[in-house]
Amino acid sequence: MAGLGFACLLLALVVCAYGIGASLYGVRSGRVEFSESGRRSVYALAGVLTVAFVVLEVAFLGNDFAFNTVADTSSRTTPALYRAAAVWSSQEGSLLLWAWLLSLWSSLALFLTRKRMRDVAAYATAILLGFGGFFVALMVFYANPFATTHPVPAEGVGLDPLLRFPTMMIHPPMLYSGYTLCTIPLAFGMGALLARRVDADWIKAIRRFAFAAWLFLGVGIMLGALWSYSELGWGGYWGWDAVENASLMPWLTGTAFLHSLMIQEKRGMLKVWNVSLVLATGTLAIMGTFLVRSGILDSIHAFGGHTLGVPFVCLIAVLIAGSIYLVVSRRAMLRSEHRLDSLLSRESVFIANNLVLVGLCFVIFWGTYFPLISEALTGQEASVGAPWFDRYTVPLALILVLLSGIGPVIAWRRATLANARRNFRVPIACALLALVVLLAAGIDSKPLALVMFCCAAFVFGSIGQEFFRGARARRAMAGESVPLALVALVRRNRRRYGGYIVHIGMAVLFIGVAASSSFQHSSQLSLSPGQSTRVGAFRIRYVRPTATITPRYDAAHTGSTLSLGALLDVTKNGHHVATLDPSEGFYASDEASQGSVGSLLGGQPVSHVAMDVGLTRNVWSAIEPDIKAPRLARIVTDGNSTLPPEEALVAIAYLAREYIKHPPPTQFNFLVSPLVMWIWIGGVIVFTGGLIALWPAPSVVRRRVAARTRARASRGLARA
Amino acid sequence: MNPSRKRTVRLVVALSVAVVLASALIYTSFSAASPALTPSQLLRQAQPGRSYQLTGTVVDGSVRREGDVLDFSVADRTGGKAIALAYTGIVPDPFREGREVIVTVEKQGGRFVGERNSLITKCPSKYKTAPPSENQNS
Repeated sequence: MAGLGFACLLLALVVCAYGIGASLYGVRSGRVEFSESGRRSVYALAGVLTVAFVVLEVAFLGNDFAFNTVADTSSRTTPALYRAAAVWSSQEGSLLLWAWLLSLWSSLALFLTRKRMRDVAAYATAILLGFGGFFVALMVFYANPFATTHPVPAEGVGLDPLLRFPTMMIHPPMLYSGYTLCTIPLAFGMGALLARRVDADWIKAIRRFAFAAWLFLGVGIMLGALWSYSELGWGGYWGWDAVENASLMPWLTGTAFLHSLMIQEKRGMLKVWNVSLVLATGTLAIMGTFLVRSGILDSIHAFGGHTLGVPFVCLIAVLIAGSIYLVVSRRAMLRSEHRLDSLLSRESVFIANNLVLVGLCFVIFWGTYFPLISEALTGQEASVGAPWFDRYTVPLALILVLLSGIGPVIAWRRATLANARRNFRVPIACALLALVVLLAAGIDSKPLALVMFCCAAFVFGSIGQEFFRGARARRAMAGESVPLALVALVRRNRRRYGGYIVHIGMAVLFIGVAASSSFQHSSQLSLSPGQSTRVGAFRIRYVRPTATITPRYDAAHTGSTLSLGALLDVTKNGHHVATLDPSEGFYASDEASQGSVGSLLGGQPVSHVAMDVGLTRNVWSAIEPDIKAPRLARIVTDGNSTLPPEEALVAIAYLAREYIKHPPPTQFNFLVSPLVMWIWIGGVIVFTGGLIALWPAPSVVRRRVAARTRARASRGLARA
Repeated sequence: MNPSRKRTVRLVVALSVAVVLASALIYTSFSAASPALTPSQLLRQAQPGRSYQLTGTVVDGSVRREGDVLDFSVADRTGGKAIALAYTGIVPDPFREGREVIVTVEKQGGRFVGERNSLITKCPSKYKTAPPSENQNS
């Protein structure tokens, strides 16, 4: 099977090389059949890589430890669902996933544009196959997912327990879909510049893909944040970690592009800017992959090795140099057709939004790559922490939220005073009302959070007003009922109202971020059973210790040998609120040197966070049981010296009983965070709005169906 | 002022604002950054009251918990002199003796204190490198 997989990779490499040659020859010589053939080789690449991916997936599901990647990242004790996801937890497997997703999305993009822009699409084909070939070559020469070992190990190492979490299964495919989708606009943008066809056609062709990239990347980022919050024992959702930042940067420039392309569509302006944003987004996506896969910066995500640095640096250098050359050499074609009429117009609000987003991206870029920059400039590696990021990102985020409320209601070209008065009365009233209510409620200790709440209220006011006006107009015209009018409104203008829903979702999300980061209560302390502590308005009491010994199938179905935890009683003003049961899972390791009992617990321990989730606040708890406490440690050492491996579980059972009978003081980590739920609700709203905007407009669908019916009818006539 | 002149002025103003903001950003990044040092480097150049990013390996047998404080020592990857430090706050799951960690520290009096919640554990090498295997073929 491994042979088949590797043969697929070699074949893929050949397909890429042929496809690049064919499409370039086709477009240069004007022989359409060659560019057609180039396009088909993308489909072929997708087919070949699908076979390779299936081979690897089958090996993981079937515990074929002859494969190095299977032996390293999976095991018989890893639950089947996580075995399926373990494919992309290794360097090699994630490269295969990248290449495979790239081939699928490229095939879709090229299939949808097969009848249009032949020359642009031919260059795009060559560029996309170039990316595909690059990743396939990495696998063939540096990180072969189909490398095998003899003799075959009896058991694998197992999937890193930290990754045994449902959202972690879909987080990488989502993020990688986002990254690979980012390269499609880049390929078409470069294609348009190469073919010297920089009209609005290519923008229209890739608009949906840019949007899909933005959506997938956003979902990937949100799932990563959710994993961090609910699985890692620190209770945060964002840490300005290098890898998180790497995924946020293309998302920011992508957001900027989705706004500024509207100006190009409507007014023929900002062409240089737009094409630069597209090229930057694609390059940042490749840099993101590079960051994760090279281990060049210190990160909690350092899953990758250090071998892939040089090829990636070369690719990124080529991308940057090529982008700059193309934009500079084609600048004459990219002249604006119009000038900015007024600073008080939707165009200028969009430009301001673009500047803020790109500024945000620059701040994050500088902070993320600062260790490399400072080492190059001063010879001393240094890094900046979260406070530095916050100092710049918080004010920029405030401006951004405010602009997301101004943009939808301000007029194109030139806003008059009368027009501004009519449009901004309601939003400003909403913001002031929020300010008064919040001050009356005594929420004045954190001015920045207060400003954010008012900005969000402004957005709700302005978007709500848009929906109200649209629905009222429809009611007046068609006499529909209010809900029907709203649905019809969104259905008829999916892109516009989907976008508005995204704005609402972002405002909700930022309320959650501001509230949970400004008004969080936290407590880390050691408790014995019966003791209690106060966190915010809540009293948390350590009722009793808990322990489960469920080798292979523990309560969370992650395959831990032993899990030690606690039962906590949460009360507020003497009233029971919730019972929480945080625990920590201990996993087996493959290091025999730890002894028969020690190796059953010697793997990486993982927190199982317990929380009481509410719309207004989350009570979050994690436990760090002291397995090295003298009584427990003695059981392990005694067991190691007396028990053979097959009886070692006896000692684990004894250890669990000892933990319950004589619980040592245990370290707890408690958080009471207001409105955290709003972050996830906001995320869902953004996703919904995004899907609405992405869905094909009904008129297009109808036109296609109508065309098909007509074609069928004419065929029928011809036959008759 | 004619329109093209006005545009030039506008462009110059916008560009100068961008340059000023960017230089502020760059300046603060250098002053706010904490240098990344190994224990042996830190022992040589630590100044009280300045924070450093200490990178090294947790020394075997050095981890001790006293109440809320976690005491442990960090040594260079190649061994040698270790720095003992007192740390409070969240301890990441993968933290163990022998693991590579990054922690922000400050010299207070004669001893090193870890900044609250600054401990980062690099992922265990077990998940990074392939097990020793002969006859690798593809």
